Amino acid sequence: MTRSLPVPAAAERPIALIDLLDRVLAGGVVVSGELTLSIADVDLVHISLRTLLTSITALQPRDD
Amino acid sequence: MPERQGVWLYAVTRDPAPEVLGELTGVSAETPRLVEAAGLAAVVGDVPLSSFGEAALRRNFEDLDWLAPVARAHDSVIVALIDRGPAIPIRLATVYHGDDRVRHLLEHRAVEFTRALDQVTGRTEWGVKIFLAPAPDPVPAAGGPSPRGAGAAYLARRRATLNSREHQERRAVEQANRAHAALASLAVDTRTHPPQSRALAGEDARMILNGAYLVDNEHTLRFAEATAACDQDNDAILVRLTGPWPPYSFSVLEEA
Repeated sequence: MTRSLPVPAAAERPIALIDLLDRVLAGGVVVSGELTLSIADVDLVHISLRTLLTSITALQPRDD
Repeated sequence: MPERQGVWLYAVTRDPAPEVLGELTGVSAETPRLVEAAGLAAVVGDVPLSSFGEAALRRNFEDLDWLAPVARAHDSVIVALIDRGPAIPIRLATVYHGDDRVRHLLEHRAVEFTRALDQVTGRTEWGVKIFLAPAPDPVPAAGGPSPRGAGAAYLARRRATLNSREHQERRAVEQANRAHAALASLAVDTRTHPPQSRALAGEDARMILNGAYLVDNEHTLRFAEATAACDQDNDAILVRLTGPWPPYSFSVLEEA
């Protein structure tokens, strides 16, 4: 069941980006405890997703 | 005074291919290099702490125009390494103060890195996203305007729509669970990520499953065919394959 989605051109980049961020922000080895600079934490994922949301919701209908 | 640098980690591998590094561009436009210890090699890049220090990263991660190319560069280095042999990706934004710290990490966690490398050797991560298929249009109430008036007719229609939507969602979840079970039987390991927000994903269908599957390379075709079959055979869901991915979702260091 494939159909094209009426997505504005400006939103095309984040479509693939969200799949990537799913993995680079939430996946990969976390070596915290060994780190001298550790920001790879849940807060950060939260921050960046919030950023994404605010950048995209201007272009998209909201979830409801 | 030269700018202070940090050491950004991309991946850990057993089979470094130094010749491939020269062709790569890292998150700070640097050429990645190797730090070796304990029979392992970390692929790292030198990055300025003015942009990649903790405070700067917190600020920059708020900026999608900064984050997007960094995430893509991090991924592209890892993808290039995986093309040459197994590698364990490191979580985005892992920065050390110096090579000594990286060597210490490799020595200290050598057994776990080796075990993680064994787990992903000859295997590839695939993503499968399952969405709720758009509901069929509800059947309009027969017989024209209701004698009880337009308001009552509206409420009846609205109730029918909600009932059919609820029914449709239940069927979708059942179908998604069956699809996941079928795909998991072809994989050596699975993980589920939280479903993506509709706005974030740029889809107008709601995601109900965001799965990752670690699949033996010899079963790649079977897995892709099974994904297509899940899409074809289940009318309440849309099934989308993403990948191949580096084993982001399956890179865990288990305590020895």
